[in-house]
Amino acid sequence: MPKSPKAALKEPTRLSVRKTYKLYIGGSFPRSESGRTYLVDGDNVALASRKDARDAVVAARAAQPKWAAATAYNRGQVVYRIAEMVEARRAEFTALGVPADEVTAAIDRLVWYAGWSDKIAQVTGSANPVAGPYFNLSSPEPTGVIGVIAPPSLLGLVSVVAPAIVTGNTVVALAAGPQVAVTLAEVLATSDVPGGVVNILTGHAAETAPWLASHDDVNGLDLTAVDDAELATELERAAAGTLKRVRRPGSGDFTGDPGTAPMTAFLETKTVWHPKGF
Amino acid sequence: MFEYAPAPESRSVVTIQPSYGLFIDGDFTPGKDVFKTINPATEEVLSEVALGAPEDVDRAVAAARRAFATWSALPGAERAKYLFRIARIIQERSRELAVLESLDNGKPIKETRDVDLPLVAAHFFYYAGWADKLQYAGFGPDPRPVGVAGQVIPWNFPLLMLAWKIAPALAAGNTVVLKPAETTPLSALFFADVCRQADLPPGVVNIVTGAGDTGRYLVEHPGIDKVAFTGSTEVGRQIARSVAGTGKRLTLELGGKAANIVFDDAPIDQAVEGIVNGIFFNQGHVCCAGSRLLVQESIAEELLDSLKRRMATLRVGDPLDKNTDVGAINSAAQLARITELSEIGSEEGAERWSPECSLPDRGFWFAPTIFTGVTQAHRIAREEIFGPVLSVLTFRTPAEAIEKANNTPYGLSAGIWSEKGSRILAVADKLRAGVVWANTFNKFDPTSPFGGYKESGYGREGGRHGLEAYLA
Repeated sequence: MPKSPKAALKEPTRLSVRKTYKLYIGGSFPRSESGRTYLVDGDNVALASRKDARDAVVAARAAQPKWAAATAYNRGQVVYRIAEMVEARRAEFTALGVPADEVTAAIDRLVWYAGWSDKIAQVTGSANPVAGPYFNLSSPEPTGVIGVIAPPSLLGLVSVVAPAIVTGNTVVALAAGPQVAVTLAEVLATSDVPGGVVNILTGHAAETAPWLASHDDVNGLDLTAVDDAELATELERAAAGTLKRVRRPGSGDFTGDPGTAPMTAFLETKTVWHPKGF
Repeated sequence: MFEYAPAPESRSVVTIQPSYGLFIDGDFTPGKDVFKTINPATEEVLSEVALGAPEDVDRAVAAARRAFATWSALPGAERAKYLFRIARIIQERSRELAVLESLDNGKPIKETRDVDLPLVAAHFFYYAGWADKLQYAGFGPDPRPVGVAGQVIPWNFPLLMLAWKIAPALAAGNTVVLKPAETTPLSALFFADVCRQADLPPGVVNIVTGAGDTGRYLVEHPGIDKVAFTGSTEVGRQIARSVAGTGKRLTLELGGKAANIVFDDAPIDQAVEGIVNGIFFNQGHVCCAGSRLLVQESIAEELLDSLKRRMATLRVGDPLDKNTDVGAINSAAQLARITELSEIGSEEGAERWSPECSLPDRGFWFAPTIFTGVTQAHRIAREEIFGPVLSVLTFRTPAEAIEKANNTPYGLSAGIWSEKGSRILAVADKLRAGVVWANTFNKFDPTSPFGGYKESGYGREGGRHGLEAYLA
């Protein structure tokens, strides 16, 4: 029996609820204070401004001492929890076009870094045999707040954020792949990562990155995803104003063994002396 | 008070030539222009030294590049033996070099003899042993040298800073062009002679004397792969800017404004010795000097009385006298800076005190000085004075001490004085500084990494960590 027009109205096709792609600052998802958005693959995505970048730095700074003071065991578990949450949202990432094996690689990368939290100090620290009656120990400590110009891919984003935070830094990431990045932010928000430890801004790196590079309260800058040599040089020069630690690896290939360099780039070495005596 | 009879070290143990050229490719070659280096204790001219011009730097970099091919290909064990040789020659010539360093720098012979020279030899000895063990250093299974290093060093520990730069560079298979400071070029030129005595292949070490422009030309030279600089934060910033985008490796060891924190349970006499050592060692010309004394309020009066008594016994004068504790300020320019900042300290309302002490008529001198009633806003609490001037601040709680200690863009070193182990470790954890001395101060060792947080620079010198800057 043909459906009557009345019946069709009674059983309408359900309209889906779309996601609003917002920024991730201090554990919340605000729109850009500028009110701006830009269109990415049909979605209106928040277009971060200079003020958003500065707000994100404030959030990252506020979160940093407590995150650094958390035990390494605790930080490791939190990063492991991120891996669990990405696993749970596999379908969401693949729906955004992330290849399934890249999601897998990102999860495995998170698990790999989770395990580093309580080992990096043993690998990079040292007991130093000084020529005298002194206890002398060198240990790594987080650099502080790190500005990250992040790659667009999920694996790339995870590969620059995880090594920075697992050691106790906090991060402001300028994300090039906005939907994937905001989805990762939603993962972070449900992963026991304290608000402010990772802040994610979507928009144009060329617009916001110079503010991070010259910001007095940013201690390190990761230029992994800056392909434009001129922009990279400009950012490095701006970073010199407060002697930020700058990481600029040659390759954007994230599939291989990352080694410890992504972590040690944003670690300081503290050496403590104390006399020995009875 | 005892009166001390003069106990002069003999100046005749060192022969200074009337002029020196640049040490490039194993030979001394004259420069086009020259400048004079003086004894800051007497203002007497010690020698005339070549002022390295751009073409000299070009030649030195080319020589280092040529030498790199063979030096880096040499088995590590052979490089090690050259460095061991150098360490031994320095030990053998240490009296001569100590006197030379005191003459050119103005620092007391007691320090050059007992601190600088032993550490210089130890540094070469330490890194010599690494040359054939690099694959075990934790920087990968097959670490390679970076290439040619351009190194610029300061005047406060001329030969020791040279050792910190050259020893790890050579051990890792790099070759170097080093520019010593304008006011203290002589020990680097004597080191060139040590290299020749050791039969070090030509071009592995090149010494280009000169002024700021010479250094700038060197660090901006496209033919070098790595820049290492020790000096002021301001120049460090300029270098970081100029290196931006070049892909050159960079390590910087810059200024400091260290807090030396004394808690109410500290052993007062030991703390006073540590405070004196922290700020008056080497006339306070020390980037890691404990130039901000943070003393717990309840013991401030007792501690300051004791500190003043101790300061009154410091002997200021002839650097070659073995009894001298505080020598000459390194240059007229540095004396002017110390004088200016001290005057600002008084103008801003801090109370100035120095012991009675007669200063020589000639040369550059500044009496050991403390300022009390200093607040965090005072320029003498914020800016590096790089002289024998201590700013005293007080605190009530450990949290306040930590906050004040960290309230600086610098982060090179810090001191803690307390008998309570758990407090020492908790405070040490919270201090944002690369070196923390607890119940001691100004201790150095080749095995112990040294370097800063924040605007005190990046990279470490000394220890296994010190190899990283010179390995690719």
